[in-house]
Amino acid sequence: MSEIRERIARRIAQELEDGDLVNLGIGMPTMVADYIPDNVRVIFQSENGFVGMGPRPPKGEEDPDLVNAGSEPVTIKTGGAFFDSATSFAIIRGGHLDATVLGALQVDQQGNLANWKIPGKLVPGMGGAMDLTVGARRVIVATTHTTRKDQSKILPECTLPLTAKGEVDLIVTEMAVFRVTDQGLLLEEIAEDSSLEEIKEKTAANFSLAEELKTFV
Amino acid sequence: MDKIVDKEKVKGLFADDQRLMIGGFIECGSPHKLIDLLLESGVRNLTLIGNDTGFDDQKAGQLVVEKRLSRVIASHIGTNKETGRQMNSGDLEVELVPQGTLVEQIRAGGAGLGGVLTPTGIGTPVADDSRIIEVEGREYLLAKPLRADLALIKAWKADSAGNLLYRHAARNFNPVMAMACDRVVVEAEEIVPAGEIDPNQVVTPGIFVDYILQNGEEE
Repeated sequence: MSEIRERIARRIAQELEDGDLVNLGIGMPTMVADYIPDNVRVIFQSENGFVGMGPRPPKGEEDPDLVNAGSEPVTIKTGGAFFDSATSFAIIRGGHLDATVLGALQVDQQGNLANWKIPGKLVPGMGGAMDLTVGARRVIVATTHTTRKDQSKILPECTLPLTAKGEVDLIVTEMAVFRVTDQGLLLEEIAEDSSLEEIKEKTAANFSLAEELKTFV
Repeated sequence: MDKIVDKEKVKGLFADDQRLMIGGFIECGSPHKLIDLLLESGVRNLTLIGNDTGFDDQKAGQLVVEKRLSRVIASHIGTNKETGRQMNSGDLEVELVPQGTLVEQIRAGGAGLGGVLTPTGIGTPVADDSRIIEVEGREYLLAKPLRADLALIKAWKADSAGNLLYRHAARNFNPVMAMACDRVVVEAEEIVPAGEIDPNQVVTPGIFVDYILQNGEEE
């Protein structure tokens, strides 16, 4: 499982460009920060109120006033800044955020995302996810291809309550990279240990094939 | 007016059925000392407006655990299992609001606005009970202003005039809530005489603040 998460995070890290302002969701998306190439400078936002977020501090140097949106101790880099939640979400909704990486319960071929509620079971709330999905210029979904029960998480249409409608741009799983286009999903890359047959079998959504199918590690 | 008060004065501000805004983001920047006094005062049937309901084993989460709340307006309750439990049993009414919408509702409440128009939530269940207004071809939800009786705020440094500075990520909802409540109580790590905080650096102007409590050891 950790290998799968690392692969997804590593692939998404390649999507980020020098100078991008990026917000990473809680969980697997947070790992993307560990795989940014040295020659790419990305500024990370933490929606609880700062830009310039850096890695976890050494043990013993944690500061309870300096945590990410998942309550984990982090640091702030030189040039960073703190602000209140209104400014933080002005950054998110106002078109200032180049990309966000979010997890999914379900994502579909229209670019709809569901990741905040399983009615009757799990209702953690949307936190900042709805604002991030609507506001970020690029929305990248980081998700395992299937649920623990081996059901496809990439569907013709989400059945769970939506986080946002039609906002997802790219879906990265341990098997595949799909781009969401006006014509539906486009399979662009296949993981080196997967195959088109396996992806067809494990994807409930319809998708077409890119002219040049690439492989990712 | 001297804004610096003691614990007993603070406790006297609390009453059953109040509507409270409490600053903080999952315990970071939460006014833990004020929450202690709120718990000690024994008041109940409160409405809490805040980002979340804390952790069930930490301070801000205790208002839920000790069943002092009847209604919560928040963006996230996943870190406090007791909130979900009481919501499912019908003991606690929970209204979930996108975080960016919540902070703008509070800002609107403090700024005298009739609400804000946000694209967040269009096409989701959040839109079900909202008015949709089209502006220049794009749909927005009308998010109405929120106000409360009392704000509980955590500051790093306060001067005796009530001017506030915050530390790191502990700022979050605090400065916005300080504008949106009839009375504002601040818990400060340090209190200094007026004039010691440079007016250029002030984050929350003292005119918003009614009461300041020192949060350190007993005097």
